[in-house]
Amino acid sequence: MPDVKFTVDGKQLTAPAGTLLIEACKSAGIEIPAFCYYPGLSLQAACRMCVVRIEKMPKLQTACTTPVAEGMVVTSESPEIAQARKSTLQLLLGNHPLDCPVCDAGGECELQDMTFKYGAGESLYAEAKNHREEQKWSPVVYFDRPRCILCYRCVRMCGEGMDVFALGIQNRGSSAVIAPNVPAQMSPDHLAHVDCEQCGMCIDACPVGALTSGAYRYKTRPWEMNHVTTVCTHCGDGCKTTLGVRSTSDGAEIVRGDNRDKSGINGDFLCNKGRYAFDFANAPERITAPLIRQTDGRFKEVSWEEAFTHAGRKLRELRDARGGQSIGVLGGNRLTNEEAYLLQKFARTVLGTNNIDHHRTADYVTFAQTLAEQKDRTASWRDTQTIPAALIVGGDPTNQAPGTAWNLRTDVRLNKARLYIANTAEIKLRRQAKAFLQLAPYGYGALAAYLAGDEAVAQSAAADANALTSFRDAVKAEEKLLILIGSELRGTDLRRLIEFGLTIPGARFALLSDYVNSRGAADMGLLPDMLPGFTPVSAPGAFAEQNLPTAPGLDLLEIFEAAGRGELSALYVVNSNPIARYSVDPAALKNTFVVVQEMFFTETAKLADVVLPAANLYEKGGSVTNSYGDLQLVQKAGDRAGVRSDFEMIVRVADKMGADIKSLVPFGKAQPGLRADMGQSRGAQAGEADRHAVWLTANNLEPKLSPFDPWAILDEIQRLVPGYNLLRLQLLSGNDQHLEPEAAASAVTNRRDLVLPSGDTLFTSGTLGRFSATLNETRQYQTGEPLIQIHTAAEFGS
Amino acid sequence: MPTLVSHPDEVKVISRRFGQGAADIEKYIELDGYKAVQKAIAEGPEKMPAWIIDTMKASGLRGRGGAGFPTGLKWSFVPKQSEKPKYVLVNGDESEPGTCKDHVIFLEDPHAVIEGTMIAGLAIGSKMGFIYLRGEYRYLLKIMEKAVADAYAKGFLGKNIFGSGLDFDVVTQSGAGAYEVGEESALMESLEGKRGVPRIKPPFPAVVGLYGGPTVINNAETIASAPHILLMGGEAYAKIGSERNGGTRLFGISGHVERPGVYELPMGYNLKKAIYDVAGGIKDGKKLKAVVPGGSSCPVLLPEEIDVGLDFDQMGKAGTMLGSGGIVVLDETVSIVEFALRTIAFYQHESCGWCIPCREGTDWIKKTLTRVYNGGGSKKDVANVQYLAENMMGRTFCPLGDAAAMPTLGFVKKFRKEFEDYIEGNKAGTPIITVQQLVGAGH
Repeated sequence: MPDVKFTVDGKQLTAPAGTLLIEACKSAGIEIPAFCYYPGLSLQAACRMCVVRIEKMPKLQTACTTPVAEGMVVTSESPEIAQARKSTLQLLLGNHPLDCPVCDAGGECELQDMTFKYGAGESLYAEAKNHREEQKWSPVVYFDRPRCILCYRCVRMCGEGMDVFALGIQNRGSSAVIAPNVPAQMSPDHLAHVDCEQCGMCIDACPVGALTSGAYRYKTRPWEMNHVTTVCTHCGDGCKTTLGVRSTSDGAEIVRGDNRDKSGINGDFLCNKGRYAFDFANAPERITAPLIRQTDGRFKEVSWEEAFTHAGRKLRELRDARGGQSIGVLGGNRLTNEEAYLLQKFARTVLGTNNIDHHRTADYVTFAQTLAEQKDRTASWRDTQTIPAALIVGGDPTNQAPGTAWNLRTDVRLNKARLYIANTAEIKLRRQAKAFLQLAPYGYGALAAYLAGDEAVAQSAAADANALTSFRDAVKAEEKLLILIGSELRGTDLRRLIEFGLTIPGARFALLSDYVNSRGAADMGLLPDMLPGFTPVSAPGAFAEQNLPTAPGLDLLEIFEAAGRGELSALYVVNSNPIARYSVDPAALKNTFVVVQEMFFTETAKLADVVLPAANLYEKGGSVTNSYGDLQLVQKAGDRAGVRSDFEMIVRVADKMGADIKSLVPFGKAQPGLRADMGQSRGAQAGEADRHAVWLTANNLEPKLSPFDPWAILDEIQRLVPGYNLLRLQLLSGNDQHLEPEAAASAVTNRRDLVLPSGDTLFTSGTLGRFSATLNETRQYQTGEPLIQIHTAAEFGS
Repeated sequence: MPTLVSHPDEVKVISRRFGQGAADIEKYIELDGYKAVQKAIAEGPEKMPAWIIDTMKASGLRGRGGAGFPTGLKWSFVPKQSEKPKYVLVNGDESEPGTCKDHVIFLEDPHAVIEGTMIAGLAIGSKMGFIYLRGEYRYLLKIMEKAVADAYAKGFLGKNIFGSGLDFDVVTQSGAGAYEVGEESALMESLEGKRGVPRIKPPFPAVVGLYGGPTVINNAETIASAPHILLMGGEAYAKIGSERNGGTRLFGISGHVERPGVYELPMGYNLKKAIYDVAGGIKDGKKLKAVVPGGSSCPVLLPEEIDVGLDFDQMGKAGTMLGSGGIVVLDETVSIVEFALRTIAFYQHESCGWCIPCREGTDWIKKTLTRVYNGGGSKKDVANVQYLAENMMGRTFCPLGDAAAMPTLGFVKKFRKEFEDYIEGNKAGTPIITVQQLVGAGH
């Protein structure tokens, strides 16, 4: 579009023809107020706040519907315009309940802000207000009609943005009311409800307090919280979320999750898990004291010092007596990169074993190896909102990666992107697809082979041969295609599909996984045959300086097989629940010393000899890498007395094993003979960090880093891990940065059954989801399934 | 059924078949029915569209719905080439209080609407027309449906109309009872099966209209005028009216007059004469108090202001509007406070709720005037009502807000003293009545 010149308030401006005046002004720093205008959604022109004076027009015009035109002369502020806006506010406030003192939105309400600016302070309204009772539409969505200003943002957000259409308008005029899709007459309890994805986008979009969150309402005032921006711990999209935190008697409680400033990688979007499912952090079932199993089989609460000493001493004995090869280590998908890196380094350098793995939710090994020596072939998550075309094979973004689904829908709506979807199930995203190919059961491998040129397998790929052919031809005709792959494709199938994609000019790839740092766990080398950056253990490259074992270790399934044979002396589990996930026979571990770092009494934690209560992702700092390879900063929001970060606990156990902590965590300059000051491990005490600083300064070390500070290991990650040459400034600024894997090409050797998709829906989230009361309640509400019974520590004695 | 009225000053163009049973297709044909469309087709496929539009332009016909936009010009805006089908849409959502002219056309001369629709279709190259009647005109819908069926039976509608090689279909549709749908874009939403709320303009219907196709949408009276204009010639039609206001118009004169009814008068005919001569003057010899000249949305005229010509321009100069031609005459017994309340109660009930100034403004004014009417008013209320109405004017999404604000402003400005006296005299308080009691159930 050619640029046009126009004038606003005497300023000469330029913008592409067709740009809406309100957007053109925003780009030039001229803010035009609006309630109903919402970028990306259809235009409404209902609130009349954005009226401006345009020369040669008889009436004030709405800036939200007027495209800029050559020579247009605009006045955005004048007494006439201010009066128009003031009177509109007076009209709105007339019927408004003005219950700001108890309204959730008080303090972050657009109606308040506008009133403040345009000064409709004196009310002329002397009539009875139109009142309606508040309605509970779902466990998480409440509606207060009197506060509603009918901007229709929620209606459009739900329909256009979410493709759910759960909201609409009933009645007309001053009786008009936002109405949910389950009217009272059709509802078992005779109350109106929403039947939807419970994403809460309507609440986010609401400029006032008409729609409020069931997880947050009436808990606090916005200004009484600290607002911490971090990364959601749930799915592999890794949305930025802002956690509202309040101090309590035993830490800092997270009371709200939202997407407050919309500045993150996820833009507007946040799903129900990011918004509501933070409450596992506050769950009463959390373990808040270290536990050691007694000879009678019961757990006993012990001091931190005793727990670390016991774990360290036993691990050292077992390592020295039976060798590191007899020890297994399992890491998690919700550890930070720094923790995952530390864990594999601990396993390889302190325990002396390559028997390390994690619950794999996608085959990133094959993904990275197949793309070895390719440049610019992976897509960032941001690309999903702008790419011209996408091929989605497998996966179900709506459930598995709701942010990805949001981006793709937006891309189709605003940029007319073309989606090609091949799936064995009729996933919801097909409604936006240009072509949907119904695959035969288990047809992914056949599809990959067919696309790669093997016509013979067509029947195994899809029943409809014509649809298959035209699907392939349409995909092949695309350029700059994003190929989004689900975890159904692994090993050879995945390799074939990527190799087919590489024949399409400009095609880029992404592999969907299930948890916030599933990608990071693989990138950081929680793998028996790969060091960080998919570096083969047999050819350690830069890692040679660490003198690591070079023989590949046992993978997750082999570790439990070894345990079953009595060959596993110890198992160290961090943030993982393999017993439940892989249906391992608990008896396999009866002769194994098991240390588990966990938040809850999971099936795995129940089998432990030592349980170390862990902080979750919302209670620590570091970085995570999403499914697409976008690295983001994690910041500590909540706090809970009695738990420690996985990072600290690994370091302390290593210390009790007698390891050289400075070589494990390079937190200061090497000083011969100087042993790291580990502080005290009695429990968190005020002033502990200060004592550290004093000690570090006295020993000519960097005062700001301690061995428990994840930043201490980031240097080493940047220095040694291929593909992690990140920009620290970007990370610290809270920006996401896309990292490309830099793997060495080598043959695919992985067992297919190691990749186990979580199968999570919008209302489940692995082990963590079971402990989110809100997520559970919402799941029960939306699916009718019963609440999950949660076992608490108390049942096991103490 | 209304009794047809007549007066020597009338110029019968649209109404010339009224009272002769022209709803019957044979009678319609006998009275020169479907001749206009054949005359147009006789021009040949090349020249026909331009010939129709030129004739309409020459006639000076301006939209009879109330806005007065030149019809020929409107038709000429439709692009010749279009990927999407083009449509003709007849706005029979006659809902403005005081207006009952389209009603008589549907009742007495339904085929004129069909023929006019065909002519508009031929002019813009459309193959399909819709005749939309307000929900309350269900009994007229039956008449229209029969007329359409008869036209199909005769082969006048459908494939190859009158041997022209062109196809044209007509569909009738009933509204669901919303005044708002009289606004053209809201009518299109309604016809498409959605909520009757207006659309953002531009694009205008001539470019993106019904189902996204270029659409001509005209008031039923405008459309029904087209056959007559083609038969008598544009210039001849224009000559009947006043300057820049071609032809005749149906005026529905109601209220306190001796002979209320729908009269066809030339454009520019004097309003005072219309009331005192044509309609027989004020009923029972009472004194005239006020005239609402063009449907309830037009600012009220005082008795000394009614010596004015009934056309778009002269009425505009008089500070009011010609509107939809519904002249409501009020005698001295009428309370303007009550009348203002009834008027705003209508608009409050009919506001679609889309935009803030209309939705909140009509509700607020109605509540205030209800309180005033019930004896709880203060002088401040009159100023407040005026402030609200002034701030609704020109600020709403569609003209409904203006339609509510304009008459309100007229009442409180021209009858301020009556409001103030009413408030003073009612300090003691009168029994509280609800608006439902005042304006009837359903409001």
